[in-house]
Amino acid sequence: MSPRITLAVARRVIRQLRRDPRTIALLLFVPCLVLLLLWWVFSEVAGGNIIDTFGPALIAFMPFTVMFIVTSVTMLRERTAGTLERMLAMPTGRADILLGYALALLSVCLVQAALVIGLGVGPLGMEVGGPVWALLLVALADSFLGTALGLAVSAFARTEFQAVQFMPALVFPQLLLCGLFVPRETMPGAAQAISDFLPLTYAIEAMQGVQAGADGHVADGTWTDLLIVVGIAVVVLALGTLTLRRRTD
Amino acid sequence: MEPVVEVADLRVTRGGREVLHGLDLTVGAGELVGIVGPSGGGKSTLMRAIVGVQSGVEGTLRVLGQQAGSPGVRGRVGYVTQVGAIYSDLTARENLEFFAAIHGVGADQVRQVLATVDLAEAGDQVVGTMSGGQQSRVSLATALLGDPSLLVLDEPTVGLDPVLRRSLWATFADLAAGGAGVLVSTHVMDEAERCDRIALLREGRVLAAGTPSELLERTGAGSVEGAFLALIDEAAA
Repeated sequence: MSPRITLAVARRVIRQLRRDPRTIALLLFVPCLVLLLLWWVFSEVAGGNIIDTFGPALIAFMPFTVMFIVTSVTMLRERTAGTLERMLAMPTGRADILLGYALALLSVCLVQAALVIGLGVGPLGMEVGGPVWALLLVALADSFLGTALGLAVSAFARTEFQAVQFMPALVFPQLLLCGLFVPRETMPGAAQAISDFLPLTYAIEAMQGVQAGADGHVADGTWTDLLIVVGIAVVVLALGTLTLRRRTD
Repeated sequence: MEPVVEVADLRVTRGGREVLHGLDLTVGAGELVGIVGPSGGGKSTLMRAIVGVQSGVEGTLRVLGQQAGSPGVRGRVGYVTQVGAIYSDLTARENLEFFAAIHGVGADQVRQVLATVDLAEAGDQVVGTMSGGQQSRVSLATALLGDPSLLVLDEPTVGLDPVLRRSLWATFADLAAGGAGVLVSTHVMDEAERCDRIALLREGRVLAAGTPSELLERTGAGSVEGAFLALIDEAAA
C-alpha cells in the first residue's frame, strides 16, 4: 500500500458523495431528525427526559447503521461495475482501498456525529457526565464498525437490494439483545450469552458509560467497551480484506 | 526480443470445469493481435488470465518477462473490460484523475489520454450522462494511463457505430505503432482484418492463428468470418 493511493481512494469517494447532495443531506440530517422525533413523541409523557434514556443508544446506533448501508452498497457497486477489479489489476493494494474508504467515510461520520451530539446535548438537554468529545469518539468507533461489517456483507450480497436487506438481519437482533429495551441481566440466560458476543452491545454500553460518567470522566469500563468495539471492527475488517480477491473465478 | 505476452499450454478451470484447454499465444512489442471468436469461447477468460485477475490458471503465462499479475507488471498493463469499469457518477476527467493517481502520473497525462480518445471537449461531463461510445472511450483512456507496455482490450468496440469502430481500430494500430503490445478481442470477425495477427478462439481452443492474409489464403475464404466458418467445417469433417 502507499499513502498516495490511499488518499486517492479517499478523495475519489468524497468526490462521488459530493456528486450526490441528496445522500449527503440524508446522511447528515436523518439522525438529527430521528433524535428530534424521539424527544417530540415523548414530550407530553411525565417523567425524566427521554433523551437521557435513549439518546446515547441512538447516537451509537445511527452512525453504525448509516455507515453499514453506505459501505455495503458502495463496495457492492465497485464489485459489480468492475472498478474493484480494475483497481486490483493496477498497483493498488487492498489496504489502500479499505483505508481510503475508511478515511472518507469517517470524515462524513465526524460531521454527522457532531451534529446529532450537538443537538442532543444542546437544545434537547441530554445530561452527559463524561466529556462530550468521548461521545464523538465512541460514535466514530461505531461508524468504523459499521464500515467493517458493510464491507464483509458486500462480499455475500449479489445485488444492492440484498445488501440493504442485510441491515435488518444484522442490526435489529443486536438492537433487541443489547440491553436497551430490557436490562441484559433480566434477559433469558441464552439471550444474555449471545449478547455478550454482539458488538452493538458494547457500542451502546460505551455510549451510556460516557453519559454515566462524572466530573468530566467516563464511567468505569467505558474504555474497555470502546476497545472491544474497535477490536471487533478490526477483526471483521481483516476478514473483509480477504473477500477483496485479486483473482476471481 | 522477448515477447510482451507469452502463453503456453494455458489451462483455466472455472467452477470445476476446464474452459481453456491448453492455449498458446504470443504478443510481441508493437504488435496488434486480435482474439476472435464467438461469445462464450473463452476470450474474456484468456484476457483476465493475462491481466492476472483470473483464478484457476495453469500453464505458462508470462507478461513482460514476469509471471502474469505479479506486482512488477501491474502498473505496466492497461486493461479494458466489457463492463467499462469506470465510475458513472464522476466526470471523465475525475475518473482519469483517480486512476492517474494510482499510477502516480499527473494532469498532463490525463489531458493527453483524453485527447487520444478524442474526448478533450467532453472531459467534464459526468460519465453516466454520456453515450455508450463515449463511455467506452473513457474506459479506454483509463487503460492508456501510465504508458502501458501491454494493452488488453476486451471487446472495446461492442455496440458502437461503424465510424467510431473504425476510429478506435485506428487508435489501436497507433498504440501498437508506438511500441506497445496490443491484444484486442472481438466477436465481429471482419474487424480483426486490421490486426497484425489473429487467433481464432472457439470452445477454449485456438482453432487457427496467423496473419489475416495467411488465414484467408489457407482457407480460400474472402473474409475473416468466412475463414472462421471454413475452419469449423474443416474441424468437423
